[in-house]
Amino acid sequence: MYLADRSAPAGAKTAPPDRGPGRAPVVAPTVLALGTVSMITDVSSEMVAAVLPLYLIAGLGLSPLGFGALDGVYNGVSALVQLTGGHLADRVRNHKLVAGIGYGLSALCKPLLLLAHSLGPISVILALERTGKGLRTAPRDALISLSTPDEAQGRAFGVHRAMDTTGALLGPLAAFLILGVAVDGYDAVFGVSACVAVLGVVVLVLFVPSGAGETPPRPAAAPPAARPTPVRLRDAAALLRLPRLRALALCAVLLGLTTVSDAFVYLLLQRRTGLDDQWFPLLPLGTAAVFLLLAVPAGALADRIGRRTVFLTGHALLLAAYGLLLWAPAWPALPYLVLALHGMFYAATDGVLPAAVAATVPESLRATGLAVVGTGQALARFGCSLAFGGAWTLWGTGPALAAAAAGLLCCAAVAGYVLRPLPPPGAAPAAPAPPDPARHP
Amino acid sequence: MTRSRRLLVLAVAVLLLGGAGATLVLRAAARADRPQTGGPQTSAGPVTLTAGRDTLTFLGSGQGPHRGALASVPADAPAGTRTVSDLTCQRFHAAAGTGVCLRSSPGALAQDNKAVIVDAALRQVRSFPLAGTPSRARVSPSGRFAAWTVFVSGESYGAAFFSTRTAILDTRTWKLDANLEEFAISMDGRDYRAQDVNFWGVTFAKDDDTFYATLATAGETHLVKGSVSRRSVTTLAKNVECPSLSPDETRIAYKKRVRAGASLWREHVMDLGTLRDHALAERRSVDDQAAWLDDGTLAYGLPGDGAADRTDLWTVPADGSGTPRLLTSGASSPARLG
Repeated sequence: MYLADRSAPAGAKTAPPDRGPGRAPVVAPTVLALGTVSMITDVSSEMVAAVLPLYLIAGLGLSPLGFGALDGVYNGVSALVQLTGGHLADRVRNHKLVAGIGYGLSALCKPLLLLAHSLGPISVILALERTGKGLRTAPRDALISLSTPDEAQGRAFGVHRAMDTTGALLGPLAAFLILGVAVDGYDAVFGVSACVAVLGVVVLVLFVPSGAGETPPRPAAAPPAARPTPVRLRDAAALLRLPRLRALALCAVLLGLTTVSDAFVYLLLQRRTGLDDQWFPLLPLGTAAVFLLLAVPAGALADRIGRRTVFLTGHALLLAAYGLLLWAPAWPALPYLVLALHGMFYAATDGVLPAAVAATVPESLRATGLAVVGTGQALARFGCSLAFGGAWTLWGTGPALAAAAAGLLCCAAVAGYVLRPLPPPGAAPAAPAPPDPARHP
Repeated sequence: MTRSRRLLVLAVAVLLLGGAGATLVLRAAARADRPQTGGPQTSAGPVTLTAGRDTLTFLGSGQGPHRGALASVPADAPAGTRTVSDLTCQRFHAAAGTGVCLRSSPGALAQDNKAVIVDAALRQVRSFPLAGTPSRARVSPSGRFAAWTVFVSGESYGAAFFSTRTAILDTRTWKLDANLEEFAISMDGRDYRAQDVNFWGVTFAKDDDTFYATLATAGETHLVKGSVSRRSVTTLAKNVECPSLSPDETRIAYKKRVRAGASLWREHVMDLGTLRDHALAERRSVDDQAAWLDDGTLAYGLPGDGAADRTDLWTVPADGSGTPRLLTSGASSPARLG
């Protein structure tokens, strides 16, 4: 590859690789800019997350038990904040502004951590941090979808998620590097994290165009006259009357209800395989690495063969992971297999769902639509965590997971039926990508 | 803004923020090597865990080169010159020539947490990997058993659980009960099984079998009495965390949660015969497993005044009388040897 590049004539390098004439660039600059912002922001927040337990216990001498409960409750609140952020962004017609406020709020929280010395204030700061995350998610995803042509949405979200996950993997690395140089330098970690977060906001401000009106020209775009109509709460509610969006929201909720939270998956994996304690903190990294590698190919594949197929396949892979956790003998390869399947599940669903949602929601309500589905999914997963925790307590690990697997199988079957390709009334057979009611009024 | 202008602004931002970040890191690194002015007197030297000499050991908790280093002082002059070893830990406890040192060091991708068993001369005998961040450590009075508790967390803020894992090690046979949650639990006379069980804060009796600990399940904490050999525990009382058995084995000191859900605790002492308890004179919230200096006195760590990253050791009479007294500043994990 390297040799081939060198021997190629200088002119050949500038030619786009195997791309047909007239196609849009592989990934829109806005997507790359947002990916960079997410990557930088994730480095910043994962730096803090990586050292937080150590800081609480060794630095401040606190015991973070009871943190978990608060954390769970806040996950629910964060989901509702997402809905607010999405709708607000559509309403003020400035996705960049709302996303910027979200990123800014999170950046502001990092130096505040230095001033908080007990669990109460620290919890409040972390809650604010999460509020920022909730606020920015929907407008950011809307910006990604609005800057990308319909047929490349999956790939665009894949690129964004891959960059995001890269940041999440680099964060702990940076944090432990700092702690290696400066013993107990938690203040340095928080300070650097704040600097990194500010850099993320700077990149956002400089390189991300503000949402509305900057979408690439496309033939079937809505007429400009439709733009100034104000977005009302009623319009948001009316979104759920779009059959395709309703179907997607329903599937996101159903599948979310049977998606066991990562923490439980790792716990089950450790119990099942008797994995040494020291490897436990590394399990999430396995999932993240697979997610990182496969997010872009999975997104591109979704654009080619249909988002429904890839999305459902992702859940089939998760089901396979549950199956392995339930029934596989304790092969040495089992942890790798489960983590690979888990990572593939994320690659095939995390970016593909918003890509599918984006294709069904009119541009003026894009962030609201994404937030509706995102909130539904987050709340469902939160509910699943509670239910799974309860089932785990009542029945034990095996039956609880078996129940989740059975639920997932049923929900995936329902999703497969609900999301079946609909032939548009009186039109040609269904295209691979879900039809777009907004663009074909 | 033109593209070149934007790039210029970005470059300036990277320089400024990078400079600020580098300054913070360098300042923190320099602080770690600089002795605190006005701190306790120290002298480097061997610290030994042998019984016979009446000493108090603890970990230095002030900033500076001796942060986390095991130090000892004569028990009758706790604020005097400290003898500081080069063994560094997050938590430490010792008895009768055996020490357990819980250590957390930054690894490449995650924290590297270890429990190190040391002999009387602080030489490492064995080391065990830990699943999480060190929280509590105890050695039985005979020096035979060691126990530790770590916090296991999920991967990030998004984690839905934060649990503990407690292990008991027999340093004679090196048999490790890596997870106390596998012990049989008897609650109110009935077998109890639940998946949300967490144990923490083991304290040993002199018979090298009996221990007390905290069991948390269904939103409540219980004091349990356990047997290492029978691998079982029995609940005794509610709302008891981090018990510490008195040398005469008639009472436990523990932290009692003031109000459900709040991270506030009062230090109490319970009579194991009657299960009656009384609060101690310390009115601040104590989040530590207290250590008995003798049958009438407790020592525990509290966050230092005005310094978030330092703890001080305090003592208070065990009978609820008197007032808290500063034992020594900039120290944690107290243990009395002798």
